[in-house]
Amino acid sequence: MRNRFVAAAAGLAAAFFGVAGTAHAGKDLDAVRSRGTLNCGVGIGTAGFMLADSQGKWKGLSVDVCRAVAAAIFGDSEKVRYVPLTSQQRFTAVQSSEVDIVMGNATYTLTRDTALGLDFTGVYYYDGQGFLVPKKLGVKSAKELNGATVCVAPGTTTELNLADYFRANKMTFKPVVIEKVDEIRSAFFSGRCDVYTTDASSLAATRAANVPPPQTFDDYVILPEIISKEPLGPVVRHGDNQFADIVRWSLYAMLEAEEYGITSKNVDEMLKSDNPAIKRILGVTPGMGKALGVDEKWVYNIVKQVGNYGESFDRNVGMGSPLKIPRGQNALWTQGGLQYAPPIR
Amino acid sequence: MTDAMPAGDRKPLAPPVEDTGMIGWARKNLFSSWGNGITTIVLIVAVVWVLNGFLEWALFTANFTASTGSECRGGGACWALIREKFRYIFFGSFPYEQHWRPLFAVIAMLAMLVLSADRRMWNWRLLVIWGIGSFVTFLLMFGQIHIPLSLILFVALVCGGAGLALRSALATPSERMAYYALIGIGAVGLVLRILGVLPKWSIGIAPLSYVETSLWGGLPVTLILATYGLAFAFPYGVLLALGRRSNLPLIKGLCVGFIELIRGVPLISLLIMASVMLPLFLPSGTTIDKFLRAQVAVILFAGAYIAEVIRGGLQSLPKGQFEAADAMGLNYPQKTLLIILPQALRVVIPPLINTFIGFFKDTSLVLIIGIFDFLNTANQALVDPNWAGFPGEVYLFAAFVYFIFCYSMSRYSKYLEVELNKGTRR
Repeated sequence: MRNRFVAAAAGLAAAFFGVAGTAHAGKDLDAVRSRGTLNCGVGIGTAGFMLADSQGKWKGLSVDVCRAVAAAIFGDSEKVRYVPLTSQQRFTAVQSSEVDIVMGNATYTLTRDTALGLDFTGVYYYDGQGFLVPKKLGVKSAKELNGATVCVAPGTTTELNLADYFRANKMTFKPVVIEKVDEIRSAFFSGRCDVYTTDASSLAATRAANVPPPQTFDDYVILPEIISKEPLGPVVRHGDNQFADIVRWSLYAMLEAEEYGITSKNVDEMLKSDNPAIKRILGVTPGMGKALGVDEKWVYNIVKQVGNYGESFDRNVGMGSPLKIPRGQNALWTQGGLQYAPPIR
Repeated sequence: MTDAMPAGDRKPLAPPVEDTGMIGWARKNLFSSWGNGITTIVLIVAVVWVLNGFLEWALFTANFTASTGSECRGGGACWALIREKFRYIFFGSFPYEQHWRPLFAVIAMLAMLVLSADRRMWNWRLLVIWGIGSFVTFLLMFGQIHIPLSLILFVALVCGGAGLALRSALATPSERMAYYALIGIGAVGLVLRILGVLPKWSIGIAPLSYVETSLWGGLPVTLILATYGLAFAFPYGVLLALGRRSNLPLIKGLCVGFIELIRGVPLISLLIMASVMLPLFLPSGTTIDKFLRAQVAVILFAGAYIAEVIRGGLQSLPKGQFEAADAMGLNYPQKTLLIILPQALRVVIPPLINTFIGFFKDTSLVLIIGIFDFLNTANQALVDPNWAGFPGEVYLFAAFVYFIFCYSMSRYSKYLEVELNKGTRR
């Protein structure tokens, strides 16, 4: 109701003043600019996505998106204030303006995008439920899991997805339902069940970090099938479309940079490129920054300081990290994945 | 009993060697019967076996020098993990180059606590110690402190009021005038400040770079939450306990209601209320610092529990003490502070310290609202995929640090009991 009123008022104002799009910064963006730092809500320690390192610095794929937004707004990716939030707090914190963005590995759903008064501005990671199995079982596909014993947490959509998947493929399974993550892991690694199922990113972290010696990382495989959709996106408040645009396009800029082969290492040479698309992206041909309401060198700053999406992925969760998650659905659309950024033009 | 030996040579024989020293003690206490003997042997074997396994793991095969978690794997304990992570575990996300600040803040707080544990300091000196200690602690942690005018005025008001109430009979006219002056300045100043006549002015002390509470973590957070939580909860609890025994129905009702309400809910729900519900009630754009919210929640919660402990002490005092104080012509604050509380508090030292120890550990619950106290930074160290897989080492380390603090408190309680019961122990 209130939102409809605000929208109507905004529409009237736009009609009255003849304002279109970017002429006026919204209140959230103004607040961020006058504060001089971006308040970024992050989840409590998830390996590869958001975690304070040994020196207490926040690092990870989700954190990099916040850094990219700060690089776009301020030209400095360090101007971020990280606010650790639990999953109960994360939406309240953004609703009450305690933080500007939440990067809490929240799944993008209709109710969250609408009824909670929030906006998801994209998908920085396509997660989904997967299966972890010991290599010695010799299983290559989830379709071969008929009759398997499966470790799963109770009362979650994970459990329901599991039942649906097996029923749809006319297979049977024996569930071993355990509440606590640590206990599930020890049950799985001690051989009480053949399969452990949860979100694939979490499976990767488990495989990277929790395999008890003398077994190793290589004794376990994550099967290629992903049986549910868990797109993780940055979350902002309703009400400041320009700020939401900057968050949205900061992520797209990282993807576009990867698509055009612009990396943190070659970005300076790329400034001299003749490719009109790259010239537009890097602000050599001005216009994009002005349209978004940020500095023309916004993409240059993002790529130089944070890197493109592929670099960030590789460094935090991919092959350059202990998690070793394959790109899979998170590969660019040109390489058979789902990551597809609209053109910057 | 023959007189075969001359009297002068009658030296008592030493008792047989198996009755004295180690052997005798062991015979008497460990091997006095077949059953006891077998139990002893079984237990010794068990202890040696466990200890051997533990030492093998914790010392002989332990890795102290690995530079990554995978190097550590397979052997004994991975203390290299603690070596890598201890600065994060102790100080959290506080800027790395400035870790000396939380370090000295912890030292300042510990010095403050140790000094105030000494009974000779239990007078005006206590206020000085806490004033200086807190100032140093927060200056180091924040880096910059701004003392607003309204706070100074408020302190003046409170000092004047307290002085007047406590020393009404003893004060000389000039001293009394000083109290009235303090109250006057404080009250008038505050009203003018609220009306906007006085400017929004503050004393700024800013020798270091500002570090906000969302970056605080580790031991300083645990210590601050526990120390100030209990320091404020204690007087608050005393007031609640006194209020609960008040004859005025309104005050009594409020105190009973508050205590029962707080004791009826878990601390976690209070923390979640403070962190999730409270921001929604505030006007948009205003936020209260998360750390402050948690601190207030801890104070309210601890206050209710301390109040009940102290009420037990108050009830243990014979009625004659109250009547005697009244007969002396003491007013209520004097009676309470000089006669009642000193006796009541002495009785409740063991349960009080028990409450303190409990709350020191309960502060770790703030992890559910995203504050990185000591236990939570230890938890975070486990999540790092480069080093994960060694929960035992990290939790042992955390337990060791917690134990040092809790055991010191418990020893202090023992000392205090002896010290304060000298009068009754003849």
